[in-house]
Amino acid sequence: MFRRTLPMILAFTVGVFMIVQFFVPHPQLQMLYNMVLDWKQVVFGCVLIVGTMTLIRHHALRVRFRKQGYGYSIIALASLFAMVLAAIFWGIETGPYSWLFTNVQVPGQATMFSLLGFFIATAAYRSFRARNVTATLLLLSGVIVMLGRVPAGENMVIGGVSLADLATWILDYPNTAAKRGILIGVGLGMTSTALKIIIGIEQSYLGKGE
Amino acid sequence: MTYSAFSVFLSVLVATGAAAIDFEVVDTPHDGGGSLTLRWEPVARSAVAESVISLGLFRTDGSGEPRGKRADLAFGDSTFFDERLTNGQRYTYEIEAVFPSTITVLARAEGTPSLQWFRTDRIAVFFGVVLFTGLLLWFTYHARSGRQMFIRRIAGLEAVDEAIGRATEMGKPIMYIPGISSMEDVATIASVQILAQVAKKAGEYGTRLMVPNRDPIVMAVAQEIVKESYNQIGRPDLYIQDDIYYVTYSQFGYAAAVSGIMLRERPAANFLLGMFYAESLILSETGNTTGAIQIAGTDSDAQLPFFITSCDYTLIGEELYAASVYLSREPMLLGSLKAQDFAKAAVLALILIGTLLSIAGDTQFAGAFR
Repeated sequence: MFRRTLPMILAFTVGVFMIVQFFVPHPQLQMLYNMVLDWKQVVFGCVLIVGTMTLIRHHALRVRFRKQGYGYSIIALASLFAMVLAAIFWGIETGPYSWLFTNVQVPGQATMFSLLGFFIATAAYRSFRARNVTATLLLLSGVIVMLGRVPAGENMVIGGVSLADLATWILDYPNTAAKRGILIGVGLGMTSTALKIIIGIEQSYLGKGE
Repeated sequence: MTYSAFSVFLSVLVATGAAAIDFEVVDTPHDGGGSLTLRWEPVARSAVAESVISLGLFRTDGSGEPRGKRADLAFGDSTFFDERLTNGQRYTYEIEAVFPSTITVLARAEGTPSLQWFRTDRIAVFFGVVLFTGLLLWFTYHARSGRQMFIRRIAGLEAVDEAIGRATEMGKPIMYIPGISSMEDVATIASVQILAQVAKKAGEYGTRLMVPNRDPIVMAVAQEIVKESYNQIGRPDLYIQDDIYYVTYSQFGYAAAVSGIMLRERPAANFLLGMFYAESLILSETGNTTGAIQIAGTDSDAQLPFFITSCDYTLIGEELYAASVYLSREPMLLGSLKAQDFAKAAVLALILIGTLLSIAGDTQFAGAFR
């Protein structure tokens, strides 16, 4: 009962409620919907504590058993506790917490994001090798779109057609058509997944055996 | 659209010689009541009078409340949403121009807010959901009766066994990344369903499975899913809670941590399934450099090109949602794939009809789906 039936009833009730509130704009339903969103925040807050405990446990075990790269775990744990202590004693608006966030975390994140540029270069090199007809088509359209989007290429003309216009055409028609094809499939897949759970056909989240 | 509110259109030509303003007040459509939408033609200072100082919006209602100013208007403004109103009560609005020594009414209009019980702008979605639910139930019913259904081969999913087998042969772990979104994202739900199947196969081979998470709720669900999968194959001893852990909520912090784990632990197989954003290429390229066999899948069309470039197999869009069914081969669930295929055929037919009618000059059919 508590293992299977109750979760299924809950999933069905909440699922149907979500569908109904999507179509009925009654203030009471919207209020309930907002309440559900608030509950989610409360659940998130509680689970975040559990998550942090697993993080500490994970790294503590790595340090305890001297696993490969355990030095990084020491840094991770030290950083975690340093930030918590800094926030408790000096607050988060000013002081060491704010300083560490601005001068360590933000540049660190920016560095990771910047690495994307190099990864795009290596990925593009692999993708744009003209090994067959489709790869050649990809290379050609990639070159046209890239050139058509930079100032140097905007004034170029091929066969009486501006490169910028050609790039826009590729993005607006073949590219959009392919994207919409994917999105239609995604929409149906999402609806199917949600309905399977609401109706109770899909029960893997309950641990249903084969 | 349900414009049930009383709406009055009134133009007032003022004695100062200022131009008339077309002004209307309508019940805000598709809402739960309690609001009115005010629309007027944007007015230029020169069209009123050069000496005008400002424009103001005033409201009066029939409840005996004194007339009050609702907002100062800029000359380019053309709309205003008035909220927290009483349904069924009539409100009168006036747009006034303030001159150095006088105030002049430029326009006046009335409206009554009301409650709508159904979002008529979503009627096409409503019928779509009803029809799709019908198809799903129909095919599930047929699948239960034992009818064989043909499901096309998906290379990425056929390779799951190969990837896990390779990791087993090499004696290295498998890394499963369930995306960086939360549990309310359907792609994440699909991903944890696939995780259940991957965990079963990894458990059968006795291969270690690592699941670093960005969302603590996803982590809790993933722990339960993996534990349950090991229980189902009779290997609860394989479950190591420490291998399914929370990393950080920071997007690039997560990317950095997972990249580091890939480089240190050298997993032989990486599964990147779920919702990804800008970190997708960082993760998949790092995995690529370690020589791991990589199976990725997402419904984010912006990230698909990155995965296709860096991974051995990529599940494109709907294949992500079909994956758990495909791997489990459960007859009841196979019916849902057929329903999806039929719904897709119906959508294609509607697109074709809409295109032909639009070419013929009839845009009403296509407009009904907007």
